[in-house]
Amino acid sequence: MKQVLNRIQFSRFLSISLLLVLQLISLPSFSQEAETVSAEEPTADLGGDPVVGKQLFNQNCAACHALDRKMTGPALKNVETRLAEDEGLGKEWIYKWVRNSAGTIASGDAYANKIYNEYNQLPMTAFPTLSDVDIDNILAYTVPQEAPTTSGGTADMDAMEKMEEKMMKEMEVEIKSSRHIFLSVLVLLFMLLVVILFMVNRTLRKIVDESEIAVEKSMMIKRIPLWKVFVQNQFLVFCTVIMFLLGSAYFAYSWMSQIGIDQGYAPVQPIHYSHRIHAGVNKIECQYCHSSARVSKHSGIPSLNVCMNCHKNINRYSGSPDGSSADDLANGYTNEFYTKEIKKLYKAVGWDEENQQYTGESQPVEWVRIHNLPDFAYFNHSQHVSVGKIECQTCHGPVEEMEIMYQYSPLTMGWCINCHRETEVQVADNAYYEKIHTELSKKYGVEKLTAAQMGGLECGKCHY
Amino acid sequence: MASNKKYWKSEAELYPNDSIVEALKQNEFTEQIPVDEFLGDKETLSGSSTNRRDFLKYVGFSTAAASLAACEGPVHKSLPYVVQPENIIPGVANYYATAIADGFDFASVLVKTREGRPIKIENNDRAKVNGSANARVNASVLSLYDSTRIQGPSANDEAISWEDLDKKIKDGLAAAKNSGKQIALLTQTYASPSTHKIIEEFKVAYGNVNHVVYDAISEDAALNAFETAYGERALADYHFDKAELIISFAADFLADWQGGGYDSGYAKVKVPHQGKMSRHIHLESNMSLTGANADRRVPMKPSELKVALAKLYGKLNGSNVAGGSSDIDAVVAQIAKEVKKAGRKAVVVCGLNDENAQTVVLAINKLLQSEAFDVESPKYVRQGNTTKVNKLIADMKAGRVGALLVDGVNPVYSLSNSADFVEGLGKVALTVSSSFNNDETAQAVGNIAAASHYLESWGDLEMKKGRYSLMQPTIRELFDTRQFQSSLLTWMGNDKTYYDYIKENWSSSILNGASWNKALQDGVFSTPAMVSEVEENTAVVVEGDEAEEVSSVTPIASAIRTLANTTSGDMELMLYSKVGMGDGKQANNPWLQEFPDPISRVSWDNYITVSKADAESLEFENYNVANGGLDGSYANVTVDGVTINNIPVIIQPGQAKGTVGLSFGYGKSAGMKEEMQTGVNAFQLYKDFNNVQLVSISKAEGVHEFACVQLHNTLMGRGDIIKETTLEIFNTKNHHDWNPVPEVSLDHQEVPATSVDLWAEFDRSIGHHFNLSIDLNACTGCGACVIACHAENNVPVVGKEEIRRSRDMHWLRIDRYYSSEDTFEGDNEEKENIDGLGLGNYVFGDGKGKGALSSFGRMEEPSANPQVAFQPVMCQHCNHAPCETVCPVAATAHSRQGQNHMAYNRCVGTRYCANNCPYKVRRFNWFLYNNNDEFDYHMNNDLGKMVINPDVNVRSRGVMEKCSMCIQMTQKTILDAKRDGRPVKDGEFQTACSSACSSGAMAFGDINDKESKIAELKEDDRMYHLLEHVGTKPNVFYHVKVRNTNEA
Repeated sequence: MKQVLNRIQFSRFLSISLLLVLQLISLPSFSQEAETVSAEEPTADLGGDPVVGKQLFNQNCAACHALDRKMTGPALKNVETRLAEDEGLGKEWIYKWVRNSAGTIASGDAYANKIYNEYNQLPMTAFPTLSDVDIDNILAYTVPQEAPTTSGGTADMDAMEKMEEKMMKEMEVEIKSSRHIFLSVLVLLFMLLVVILFMVNRTLRKIVDESEIAVEKSMMIKRIPLWKVFVQNQFLVFCTVIMFLLGSAYFAYSWMSQIGIDQGYAPVQPIHYSHRIHAGVNKIECQYCHSSARVSKHSGIPSLNVCMNCHKNINRYSGSPDGSSADDLANGYTNEFYTKEIKKLYKAVGWDEENQQYTGESQPVEWVRIHNLPDFAYFNHSQHVSVGKIECQTCHGPVEEMEIMYQYSPLTMGWCINCHRETEVQVADNAYYEKIHTELSKKYGVEKLTAAQMGGLECGKCHY
Repeated sequence: MASNKKYWKSEAELYPNDSIVEALKQNEFTEQIPVDEFLGDKETLSGSSTNRRDFLKYVGFSTAAASLAACEGPVHKSLPYVVQPENIIPGVANYYATAIADGFDFASVLVKTREGRPIKIENNDRAKVNGSANARVNASVLSLYDSTRIQGPSANDEAISWEDLDKKIKDGLAAAKNSGKQIALLTQTYASPSTHKIIEEFKVAYGNVNHVVYDAISEDAALNAFETAYGERALADYHFDKAELIISFAADFLADWQGGGYDSGYAKVKVPHQGKMSRHIHLESNMSLTGANADRRVPMKPSELKVALAKLYGKLNGSNVAGGSSDIDAVVAQIAKEVKKAGRKAVVVCGLNDENAQTVVLAINKLLQSEAFDVESPKYVRQGNTTKVNKLIADMKAGRVGALLVDGVNPVYSLSNSADFVEGLGKVALTVSSSFNNDETAQAVGNIAAASHYLESWGDLEMKKGRYSLMQPTIRELFDTRQFQSSLLTWMGNDKTYYDYIKENWSSSILNGASWNKALQDGVFSTPAMVSEVEENTAVVVEGDEAEEVSSVTPIASAIRTLANTTSGDMELMLYSKVGMGDGKQANNPWLQEFPDPISRVSWDNYITVSKADAESLEFENYNVANGGLDGSYANVTVDGVTINNIPVIIQPGQAKGTVGLSFGYGKSAGMKEEMQTGVNAFQLYKDFNNVQLVSISKAEGVHEFACVQLHNTLMGRGDIIKETTLEIFNTKNHHDWNPVPEVSLDHQEVPATSVDLWAEFDRSIGHHFNLSIDLNACTGCGACVIACHAENNVPVVGKEEIRRSRDMHWLRIDRYYSSEDTFEGDNEEKENIDGLGLGNYVFGDGKGKGALSSFGRMEEPSANPQVAFQPVMCQHCNHAPCETVCPVAATAHSRQGQNHMAYNRCVGTRYCANNCPYKVRRFNWFLYNNNDEFDYHMNNDLGKMVINPDVNVRSRGVMEKCSMCIQMTQKTILDAKRDGRPVKDGEFQTACSSACSSGAMAFGDINDKESKIAELKEDDRMYHLLEHVGTKPNVFYHVKVRNTNEA
């Protein structure tokens, strides 16, 4: 016993100390990295700063350009050298083009017109605010950097952080497993106790036998077994039956009252759409996609063109900033997995990635409906979202953490009613409520009104 | 102790060798039971390998499987758009302005669409002409989703592609052109500038083209008369809102007379305002909707009407017109006196299809210089030319027609001489019908160019000179159909779409620089410049008229002579169109079939209406049987050698003696669902397009079972149900006299019923408190609200059999009452004068005594020419509702907003509430009416169900339902205001019925908004509640009906 307990403590100690050691090691590496970056900066000689360039690129260019593939515009990897070598165009041309592409096209420039026609005659947005230095920086970024010294420190740091995290995760797992061990030890203890009791009983009997203490036989015979006594006592039987019936009725009732309540329902969807990545990691506002929740009774499943607003550019999943977690990997949620799901979207909406255009062959996605109110209950999202200013999470739960969407709330009438009893009406700055609010507050003698006091419990408000 | 007794069963047992006894020892019966015989087919039974045990196994297995399967919830799929259309938000309705023009109904309307599906028709407030949807237009949205529609083009009963059909037709047209034969277009009235332009171009392209416009129910006489007088083939318009005295000679202008659309103008001046209201005298033979609304109604034979009209002209003109009886003279003298007094404020209209009569009416109005009479900008909603139709049929029979293109009409059904037409069709090389249903004509022609519904089509309209409307599709074609105008463009080799064509035509000749998009959004357009232009023309026209008058004296004189000399027949038939069915275009529409006729209250039928006197002499009977259903005799009717047998008979109070009536639109069978094939085809009797025919009628064997929704026709002197007064009393006396609050006895004191209460009053002063006001003066009983309620609230159609069992589901009914004396006032007096029980007189006497038994017995019978009153009744939303107190499960409960809620999912169907409702407005779902093939009324297929309003529950079997005061609409209005952060404006709250009401009889709103119109209406002296003495405190109130009985 003691040994086991020791082992747990020992392992915990081990892991904590390991963590401490690691952290100690990692601290100096931070400072070192900071130093290297500042030290390297002036020596960079690429005609521009790729770090600043990356920032500028993401701000201005990434909507239409990528480095290694065609998007709305051409791939920009090595664009400077490519233009110089293939077309004989220098940096000046690039400056001119970036600041005023339409002008360049209009001037009759051959290559400009070629590009213009090649990319569906969509002129590039003009960026007159970008200075020569800015453009140089961007061009520097477009040159692939093969293991430059600057990134060494960062990579180290990333690796260290990742390791740390892994350690933490492992520790958590260990703590979890230690809990299991603790429980099983307890069970063992109890079993041991039972065995000991049994053995004590046997020993006592043996002693009785051996010492030949005369146990009154008649007493032994006359003793009626307990169950017979019980059966003969009709009152007791009656009470027990009643208790039993009541008990089973209670269980039957509580079991039956969950029929049709799909709390926790998390069906497999045709496209593995992760709310965690969209709403959680990328912090996309719920109503960006579910826009009709503001004005309609339906929150609406976004149509695929809404997906394409972003996914026209985001064609693959490159992982969350902190990498795939162990859980994700265990579930098979690798980057490739997510990328494949994005391809499913492309197939459904009919997007030809190669040529960056719609094929016109589309196929609506058959989502499995999760939140399903019965037809006799009328629910309007806009009433709750726009007027009541209720967070989506109040009913739908921590969607931003849901890898697979599930029904968070029971969606029963009792659940609705409870909320209506407790929730205050958002009367501030709403001229509709002005009159009714003053009158009702006077009537009920309260400052804040609940939905129920507004009449939110009346049958016909939801059933018609 | 054992017994040695032996019990003998029969004496045969005495013979131990008896075979029967032997057999009975072993078996229960002596012979094999012939199970096979009563179980059915012996061979199948013996051939079957399933024995009893197997059968039980299967039953057991399937039961277990079914219950297991039930353990798993169904998986619902949700399919969003791939690319969501910009203006569609799921769950939010869009409205589009468009117009209907099916050749019979013309109206500018708004169409409510949800997720791209049209689900309801509403009035277009911006339209100045025909901006209101009648019952048929309201129901037309269901016709869009008719599963019997033609779903694609076909040739010789075989489906064909449009390319092939177009080629075939083009070849056919070319062949006709080359052969020098006529190419005929037989079409409905379009009143469409662009369509007319296309047809003109078509004429140019093919040369010998003859465009024949054909109205199933003809206004030919009025058109001819107008054309003769004013040189344009059109109809005079009448502004009844400018009239103080309306004299109508059988013109059913509140229904379909000359295209209809006159009810809002009429109702405007029918409501007493500052002590004044219009007076309406109606002379007719059938009891029409308009006649029922008249202040004075004179039943007359059609022949007598003509004489009376001639005499009226004579009286006004100062000339003497001979002929007719002294009765007519007396009536005419009285009318002439009133007309003279009203002068320019009087107007005369006529519904007789007789050119002389129409000429005289135009002359009278001109003579009066009636303010209501408008010839400057006439109406174009009827353009049919019967002469040309007859000529066409003759040409066809003579083989002079090479190609016939039919659109929007069904001549094989609606021509009285359809046999000639069909014969002629055989001699035409190319016959094409642009048909919507597989109707009689579509079945008779060679090629069917499947036509689109108006909600799928583009179009434009000029219903009245200078007043334009646009028609736009609200849904893409559901099937492979094409509108006729597009077909014409294709066939003449023009590859423009009809949309482009209209737009071009409008830009060049109508819009005059105004915005096309604005016109399309409004649905209506009239240029101010154009109106002033017309006004300028007016002066010229008037001058011309005066000059013309001298020359036109002669035709008038001859018309008067002909009219005055009209001889009357023994029995005259007046054909009419029903408010519900019209000319029968939408006969396959279950909403319209189930719509009870406003006058007879009979649904699912047409019938001969006869007067009580004639019924007695011809031995016709109407009586109610034990289950409440109405039964009636059959009649055989012969017109000019054509006999229709077994037409059911309705005894119609108010029907002129010596006349019968029969409505058009029924008796269709081709391409119709079986349930909808009701009634007889009156068009067979429509000889020479004359709605008056001499007829002989006799009783036939058998009893007809009607589906009539009203059992009791009189008020029995209960004047507090429909309160009435005369204009004179209304103007001179205190409202306590003509609108008394009923009194009840409290502590032996008579106190007003409103002051006594069983319950404590709830506080309803905060928030909204909805009330519905119904003005019995403005209500014409047209029934548009009934259909609007149907569409808005997913009210099921139950069918003829169920209606007969009083299981109709209409949430809103319009009760129609007849007076049993000449007036309702007389009924009240009769009741007041009741003296004792009068048993002796009732049992042994003549039944004419003053005892209660005799009096009430008499009062059950409507008068021969009764006063008529309409009263829309829906759930009264009582503040102290009797239904609520008896519901064992609290399924019906009251709200602070004044609405009586009905939670369907809570209802267990005890029907206590319906029994306890004093207004009888609750409806019980005896069956599951949707998804049920037993009720084949479009709700059993996916197409028909597209019309369902997604905001309202579809109720199931075993559930009570009733009017909700359109809570889905009031809730939406509130939500919209909340979202915008503003108070609700007056007039924003609406119900389906109040928004459908074009006469302004129904008004809805929040009485807690003291500035609102409804609050003002509630304080009006005319306001009263239905059955006020019951103390239910309803939230629906009525306004006392005032009749203008002031004789000049």
